Amino acid sequence: MSKLSTKHLLGIKELTADDINLILATADSFKDVINRPIKKVPSLRDITIANLFFENSTRTKLSFELAEKRLSADVVNFSSSSSSVKKGETLIDTVNNILAMKVDMVVMRHPNPGAAVFLSKHINAKIINAGDGAHEHPTQALLDAFSIKEKLGNIKGKKIVIVGDILHSRVALSNIFCLQKLGAEVMVCGPTTLIPKYITSLGVKVEHNLRKALEWCDVANMLRIQLERQEIKYFPSLREYTMLFGLNKQLLDSLSKKIVIMHPGPINRGVEITSDVADSDQSIILEQVENGVAVRMAVLFLLAGRV
Amino acid sequence: MMKPRIILDSKHIEITVTRLCYQLIEVHNDFSNTVIVGLQPRGTYLAKRIQKKLSEILKNKDIKCGSLDITFYRDDFRKKELIPTPTEIDFIIEDKNVILVDDVLFTGRTIRAGLDAMLAFGRPNDVELLVLIDRRLSRHVPIQAKYIGKKIDSISSEKVKVEWKESDGADRVTLLSNE
Repeated sequence: MSKLSTKHLLGIKELTADDINLILATADSFKDVINRPIKKVPSLRDITIANLFFENSTRTKLSFELAEKRLSADVVNFSSSSSSVKKGETLIDTVNNILAMKVDMVVMRHPNPGAAVFLSKHINAKIINAGDGAHEHPTQALLDAFSIKEKLGNIKGKKIVIVGDILHSRVALSNIFCLQKLGAEVMVCGPTTLIPKYITSLGVKVEHNLRKALEWCDVANMLRIQLERQEIKYFPSLREYTMLFGLNKQLLDSLSKKIVIMHPGPINRGVEITSDVADSDQSIILEQVENGVAVRMAVLFLLAGRV
Repeated sequence: MMKPRIILDSKHIEITVTRLCYQLIEVHNDFSNTVIVGLQPRGTYLAKRIQKKLSEILKNKDIKCGSLDITFYRDDFRKKELIPTPTEIDFIIEDKNVILVDDVLFTGRTIRAGLDAMLAFGRPNDVELLVLIDRRLSRHVPIQAKYIGKKIDSISSEKVKVEWKESDGADRVTLLSNE
């Protein structure tokens, strides 16, 4: 296996376990590369990549841009706040205009679910989904899987709980697909209102008690409450949410085993996770960020092999 | 049908490796400022053999040998499927004399990529190339080996297969030609 089964990275759902393992193995090589004194390789020197961010992003955008530059690709950036989208241009028109300038790959974040799939059907470039609404965020799931594998040695048979706003989270959905394909058990935990009704049909466990969920798991992935996507109130107050679903040091230390703490960022310190937990030695939050560059390099490298 | 013809058997490979080692010692003396770098995936077997033989001859256990993956530096990665292999270089190349080792020198493109990849680990003082088989008359770039196990004249449709005890069960070099 040295080839992905897909032409684009639209979601984890379309990938096979072999695809995911190939990406993780390639990311291993790239992690080695980015820790060398010269962190750059010339693999993509003939490729131009457009980063189209129709939604705000710090980590993902920087991480993709770094990954592209470490592979020697030419990069053009675009964010909707400073573009003609505000003037009423459609998505296809915007992208076709950018492609007319001879771009080979497009990395796109968009507030609408399915935007990446839509684009892949209409334009002739490799698409990488960097998050589409509350649908998928495949590279985040891949870097989470990579980080878990690096920390625990293996993913098969491990128990992972995803805590927080599952309803609005693309990270949760992609993580569920990815971890299940690699043979892990997944549980979601959060207030009833923030757990989608049919989530059990994906084969995940549901728990509403944080302590029970943490006692069960090997890894806890703490998600942020996505207030920007919530049009109505899903719980009475942030303070109440923190009391019931926030992870603090006292709770963490009272568990019978040492679990691994993850967070996709951005962290709302003191809401879903306290500072002393986020900065503790059980947290691999910054490793996740470092691994993000290696994983994105692997995805770009493997997809570019098919340009 | 590819018809195999053995060019080197295990006894010949042993003799050839020993000769290459003495040629290396002639130039590099005690290897105090020289390192060996095998190109992944197939060159590393030869590099390890050379390292082992040199340690025996020089009674020096401290000869440095690394392996270098060149996947990300190739100029043809979009034309074939390539799987990266690990790079293991746990020493500094800066100001060292480097002996690059590969099993077969054919078009020279792998070596070109290897020269690029090596620069990520420092600026060597001097780089030399050692190969077991030199397929003359088939170069695409102006690269020549300094230490050569055996030179052969072959056409591009023929294939040279180098097998090692460690991975393939026996030491053997065969020429496969279309009949």
